[in-house]
Amino acid sequence: MHAMTVFYTIIQQLVNGLILGSFYSLVALGYSMVYGIIKLLNFAHGDIYMVGAFVGFGALGIFGNALGIGWLGITVALVISMVLVGFLGIVIHRIAYQPLLNKNAPRMSLLITAVGVSFTLFNAVMVMTSGEYKAFTTSLGYDGISIGPINITYTQIIMVVATAVLMLGLYWFINRTMYGKAMRAIALDQDACRLMGINVTKTISLTFFVGSALAAAAGVMAGVYYGSIHFYMGFIIGLKAFTAAVIGGIGSIPGAMLGGLILGLLETAGTQLPFVGSAWKDVFTFGILILLLVTKPTGILGKSEIERM
Amino acid sequence: MVYSVGFKDRVLETINGKKTRAFFLSLLIIIVVLLPLGVNNYVEEVMTNTFFYIILALGLNIVIGYAGLVDLGYAAFFAVGAYTTGILMRYGLNFWLTIPIAVIFCVIAGIIIGGPTLRLRSDYLAIVTLGFGEITRITARNLKITGGASGLVGIQRPTIFGHKLYQITDFYYTFFILVILAIIVSLRIYHSRLGRAWQYIREDEDAAEAMGIDPVKTKLYAYMIGAAFGGVAGAFFAVKMTAISPETFAFTQSAMILLAVILGGMGKIPGAILGAVFLVFFPEIFREIGQMRMLLFGILLVIIMVFRPQGLWPERKS
Repeated sequence: MHAMTVFYTIIQQLVNGLILGSFYSLVALGYSMVYGIIKLLNFAHGDIYMVGAFVGFGALGIFGNALGIGWLGITVALVISMVLVGFLGIVIHRIAYQPLLNKNAPRMSLLITAVGVSFTLFNAVMVMTSGEYKAFTTSLGYDGISIGPINITYTQIIMVVATAVLMLGLYWFINRTMYGKAMRAIALDQDACRLMGINVTKTISLTFFVGSALAAAAGVMAGVYYGSIHFYMGFIIGLKAFTAAVIGGIGSIPGAMLGGLILGLLETAGTQLPFVGSAWKDVFTFGILILLLVTKPTGILGKSEIERM
Repeated sequence: MVYSVGFKDRVLETINGKKTRAFFLSLLIIIVVLLPLGVNNYVEEVMTNTFFYIILALGLNIVIGYAGLVDLGYAAFFAVGAYTTGILMRYGLNFWLTIPIAVIFCVIAGIIIGGPTLRLRSDYLAIVTLGFGEITRITARNLKITGGASGLVGIQRPTIFGHKLYQITDFYYTFFILVILAIIVSLRIYHSRLGRAWQYIREDEDAAEAMGIDPVKTKLYAYMIGAAFGGVAGAFFAVKMTAISPETFAFTQSAMILLAVILGGMGKIPGAILGAVFLVFFPEIFREIGQMRMLLFGILLVIIMVFRPQGLWPERKS
């Protein structure tokens, strides 16, 4: 009997880890894409996720009466949030980053600008929400499939499926469309791209759009899943998504997906360890990050490159 | 122009002349020294706070400005210093004896964080330092010895030559002396062999390495010395406040110190001082806007970086 309990716990934690990992993956993708294309660590990315959650929350508030707060309403809110936050990504790129890229400013200035953007976003939301938690109310409930004591809700299943759909869509976009090809080309050689007639600035903006939209999707889903959102929710997940991106190999799209899932599973496993627990779980994650950066900074799927600043 | 040729140069020469500079500097020092005689406690408190941030900004300036390394978790060093002093004093150790221990702990923390990561690219370093800052805060929140989430309270006031430091004026002068010391140390280091090595690495790491400078070791020194500044500031912070809690050392704190250094211009001592002065005065002057001021800070940081990527008053490159 005891062995069975352990087995059930493991399965249940696997499910939890998968969900957490899905969120991490979606956020990590944006990190990795932007990094791959302009070598910028977009510190504000976690806050974009947070803004996404709030925009989704607002959209659900507006359309919730007409569409209900079930799946239809949530899907509409999700799409609205993805589009709006995607544009926010473009605005941030054009206002904060592109002028510095034009000037060929030192990388440190870019990094600090990103910190400034992050500061701006989270303080803006803090002022607007008076720093309060907002209850993300939906009518999804906890129905699901039960196998023995394991309970997997439909919400959980749909989240994982939605993440998979978004990722497949991204994969198709990057590998099969002209825009995706342009992005990959810019990551390799910007100057050559200019000579070939690719609009580099526009393509970078597009990258910001896609990355931010994915983060927004993760934000809305996290809001739905956890049932509450607040202005500080992006900070920690930003750090963790970066960790996920590094695990998978920063700049690599499949790497970010893989890294997110691995981190989600590792973290849920970590909380089960007697000496880690939930109080130390963030320390555990950062410990992994530091260990990884020291031993294998290129990650699992990353290309090794020797580069100095 | 109606001015004779070279008028502007002559004016600039007079302003920048050594004598004029020395005059204004001594005037400034005299004003600062005499200030507590004529102002109320509030002004003294604000000034003491300013001194405190000047010390932290000068410390971070060594890491960011001199060596060109990113550190987004500087508050962690300041936390280590404050907690070391707080805990040791609880066990009855004299305050002045806890300072060297706090410094040693901070230097060790600097080595722990810098040693394995300084080989990495600087944007990775940013994340690792940020992560380290969070680890320190979470650790302080979870451990028993650091008092958990409520932190340490009732830290004793220190005595010097039988005089107990407890009034704001006492701390005003204590922190003022620390600022002077920090400036002297910063200046001396800047012009030392190590200071030159940092600048060399910052400008061109490959060339520096080719000239026989060990980049990792040199960068590590920057971390260690920066950490030591944070440690001293933290130790004095603990006895001034008599209570410290983990949230004092959150990311916002690190970001504020960073902002002070960036605002003033990286690598320049007067710049870092001005940045710290601005940082403390700005929220005091704009008290009414409350939480909006942090938002303004963020926007300001972006604007400064976009228009002046080297900071407002950068070091002049010869």
